[in-house]
Amino acid sequence: MLVELKDVVKIYKLDGVEVPALRGISLLIKEGGFVSIMGPSGSGKSTLMHIIGCLDRPTSGSVIIHDLDTRNLSDNELAKIRNEAVGFVFQIFNLLPRATALKNVELPLIYAGISTGERIRRAKEALKAVGLGDRLDHRPSQLSGGQQQRVAIARALVNNPSLILADEPTGNLDSKSGSEIMSILQRLHEEGRTIILVTHEHYVAEHAQRIIQILDGKIIADEK
Amino acid sequence: MDILRRVSVLESFRVALDALKANRMRSGLTMLGVIIGVSAVILLVSIGIGVQSDISREIMGLGSNILMILPGKIEMRPGGGHAISSLIGKLTYEDAQILPRRAPHVKKAVPLLQEAGMVKFGNRSRSTQILGTTHDYVPVRNFPTAQGRFFERLEVDRARKVCTLGATVAEDIFEGTNPIGKQVRLAGQKFTVLGVMTRKGGMMGINLDDQVWIPITVAQRLFGVKNVGLILVEATHPDDLDEAMIEIKKILSERLSPDEFSVLAQEEILGTFQSMMGTLTLALGGIAGISLLVGGIGIMNIMLVSVTERTREVGIRKAVGARTFDIMIQFIIEAVTLSMIGGIIGIALGAGGSLLLNRFVPSQVTLWSVLIAFGFSAMVGIFFGVYPAYKASRLDPIEALRYE
Repeated sequence: MLVELKDVVKIYKLDGVEVPALRGISLLIKEGGFVSIMGPSGSGKSTLMHIIGCLDRPTSGSVIIHDLDTRNLSDNELAKIRNEAVGFVFQIFNLLPRATALKNVELPLIYAGISTGERIRRAKEALKAVGLGDRLDHRPSQLSGGQQQRVAIARALVNNPSLILADEPTGNLDSKSGSEIMSILQRLHEEGRTIILVTHEHYVAEHAQRIIQILDGKIIADEK
Repeated sequence: MDILRRVSVLESFRVALDALKANRMRSGLTMLGVIIGVSAVILLVSIGIGVQSDISREIMGLGSNILMILPGKIEMRPGGGHAISSLIGKLTYEDAQILPRRAPHVKKAVPLLQEAGMVKFGNRSRSTQILGTTHDYVPVRNFPTAQGRFFERLEVDRARKVCTLGATVAEDIFEGTNPIGKQVRLAGQKFTVLGVMTRKGGMMGINLDDQVWIPITVAQRLFGVKNVGLILVEATHPDDLDEAMIEIKKILSERLSPDEFSVLAQEEILGTFQSMMGTLTLALGGIAGISLLVGGIGIMNIMLVSVTERTREVGIRKAVGARTFDIMIQFIIEAVTLSMIGGIIGIALGAGGSLLLNRFVPSQVTLWSVLIAFGFSAMVGIFFGVYPAYKASRLDPIEALRYE
């Protein structure tokens, strides 16, 4: 099992008021799956994705990734999981504005301690795989939204993670760019990667083999 | 060492330079604080050291076999400071005459008596220093004439109104014409010019070339005094200084009480002077150091701004696997880069300024002052960079990614 969540609860404290985001989520995701998490905004779907990706810790409950219980891991050990096992794709791309496409894609490899030559080779390869082999030296501001998101996908897969987490990856894109992104994710899934996709749009979610619906921090439906 | 192996420090330097380049104006102004601090440290320390070595050289130039007899009680103590209990001079020309005769280890003794006065030739006049001494002045001070001659024993004994001019004086009042044999007026009296001294240059506001030498006997009459200002003693050999000092004290004690004169060796004068100048240099450096500190606070300020502005960047880096340490080192390197570039520019400016200043004030750039200033600026970068970097490294990745 790639991802295993048991009774995950996440409570945010905002100005002393406790706001529950997740109220007891249990979930199993198999290696090679393509899962969509759906729900209206504020339902907790992004929080769930962050917790699966070890960007955030649950208030209670356990998150097991690759049979590794993350509860007792230090911040640096979580950083290592994010670096090696997970690739994130965000709605607003989250690229470094001053860095070129190539540099942005190199970023996870820098933190993985990969030597410069190897790093550049792999980053170029990843950019080619998303069709941006000719845009290596462009900065995000010189790229269209769809191209930026493809750079982000290249960055997510460059360190060869088993799990790709995409949070509304088409949310800021026009429908043509959006469908390009979806076909790239589809292809990555066909190549054997596990994809977890957070979205609130049905036509996007339908790419997945499995759709999990969340409302108010609870799973209300889990369809295959 | 796992920590260091995983982080490409070189990569952090590149990121730091990019970030500094992206905010040229801001980086430049922040650096300016360090530049001013470092150049001030180097400049002030170089002046301190320059003046110190200049005067030291002058004192050393007295010769290692020279003793000074000064009126009054002067205590040269390590740590500086001297107490003069009596300024009323009781040393006389006779003392200077007796010493070489009675003290076996004293070769020569030269009395000195100095006062400010006017020297006139025709309608040219100049205010200068009039120095009464004897014919032994030339060998003891190793200060020969360039032209003509110095006065001789007979002229001293007979109190002849003759003089030797300093190079500056001769140039000024004779304007290139030959002064030898001419009559000048000193304090209203006529003196025959015998010669012109070689050029020695000035030190600490005392220009040795801006003096007129006359026989001590004439000087005492001219100034209306019976004593002399001080006596320079040349020992027979540098190794005989201690014996010479004991003999001088014994002989002078017959006539004077112990607190009416002091015998000093060049070493003591030098030691006291150097420790005094050392303290002064340190104080100057310390004052300049404060401006470096202010520069450091500027760095901290701008780094805090930078961290806040780049909160999202920190979030992105953390999302792709940057550890606490990676973020920390990145921002520290940025601060250190800022302070070290500032430091290098400051060193260049300080050293350049010191060279320029050397025309007016003795100044000397030393390797250690450069190293200390550079090391200090790097330390400032680390010290004032740590807190902002720590703040950045502790950012929660989720909150950092949400930051607008």
